Amino acid sequence: MNAVLDIRELTRVHGEGPTAVHALRGVSIAIARGELVAVMGPSGSGKSTLLTCAGGLDRPTSGEVLVDGTDLMTLSRPAVAALRRRRIGYVFQDFNLIPALTAAENVALPLELDGMRTRTARSHAHKALEEVQLGELADRFPDDMSGGQQQRVAIARAIVGERTLLLADEPTGALDSETGEAVLNLLRDRCDHDGIAGVLVTHEARHAAWADRVVYLRDGVLVGQAGPMEPVESLLEEAR
Amino acid sequence: MSIRHGLLALLRTAPKYGYQLRAEFEAATGSTWPLNIGQVYSTLTRLERDGLVQAAGEPVDGRAMYELTEAGRDELADWFDTPVAREARPRDELAIKLALALAVPDVDVAGIVQRQRASTMQSLQELTRLKRNSKPDDISWLLVVESMIFAAEAEIRWLDHCEAMLSRHRRHTPVAVEADDESPSTAGANR
Repeated sequence: MNAVLDIRELTRVHGEGPTAVHALRGVSIAIARGELVAVMGPSGSGKSTLLTCAGGLDRPTSGEVLVDGTDLMTLSRPAVAALRRRRIGYVFQDFNLIPALTAAENVALPLELDGMRTRTARSHAHKALEEVQLGELADRFPDDMSGGQQQRVAIARAIVGERTLLLADEPTGALDSETGEAVLNLLRDRCDHDGIAGVLVTHEARHAAWADRVVYLRDGVLVGQAGPMEPVESLLEEAR
Repeated sequence: MSIRHGLLALLRTAPKYGYQLRAEFEAATGSTWPLNIGQVYSTLTRLERDGLVQAAGEPVDGRAMYELTEAGRDELADWFDTPVAREARPRDELAIKLALALAVPDVDVAGIVQRQRASTMQSLQELTRLKRNSKPDDISWLLVVESMIFAAEAEIRWLDHCEAMLSRHRRHTPVAVEADDESPSTAGANR
């Protein structure tokens, strides 16, 4: 399998000695292009740690985190930051849009921070906004948009440019159930059409069910999964 | 389900008489499923015919004691290991399975909960695919699919709840104390 995200024996311990907290204990999971994987588990089971380690925002105590084949642990901090800007998109529960910027400016921001010229970045941003059916609201400010529209802007920001990995932490948490479904539909579409690999942390079973696979974390350990064991594509390839 | 499997579960620890099985069955399922003694004996007769139980020793006062056969043990293990299909659930077999799993020792209750959750999640994924692929104006069909989605979602939430209750229960049940200087109450509180 050609994994976009390949996590091997990931362990993360906070603190030392008798008070040490084992947030993750030897977690391994690989996520392929176009695959959406949901992570479920109670508070404190290690879901958020898994996501922050996958995104290079936290360093594992041991184990490997490969994004597009590169082990984040072998990179310098600036190199991890650059990889994060170019390859990894985040979606959070509370959108995290900058209120003083329009939708298009918010979406273009990571590209401009990465040194892309403003005009080029804006044209990428408009394309991303069209993919989330918000092309006509490109010049609106976040405060003039509904929660669902703001989350779609955040998704556009997460997929703009050459992103291959999308990490979503409770993206439907602040939305009503119907708007939440629409957001899931959108994430699903981006995985299916753009080949983005997605990791979705959620506590809602009905939202997790949009994923190809659902994995369960308990006390820092993967205890099971639902869905096909292998992505459909790999089964098709084997059949050839 | 399966009075059959209920009786097999109760015979797992020791040979028992029919009247004992009836009382224990009702106790384990919180009397949500009352049995009459005739049902118990006719079920035992069928289980014996199928080679899953056999008479243990000679009858006393005309009453026979029953025990599990090897085949009976296998059948019981299969039942606990196999998720209940959503479409074939006349009474709430799942609730009864969990109640009985708690009532007999050495059953991996957490494992049963997790296997069931994964199985129900798989149905929920299928239903979500159906919903996603249906026409938005096919409202009657969408309502039917949603009803199944809600039922599956409710079952998963209930399983999460059971798991949390079970782990709280384990924390508050003092385990056998090995160290002499530790009283049972502090051993329980430290867990």
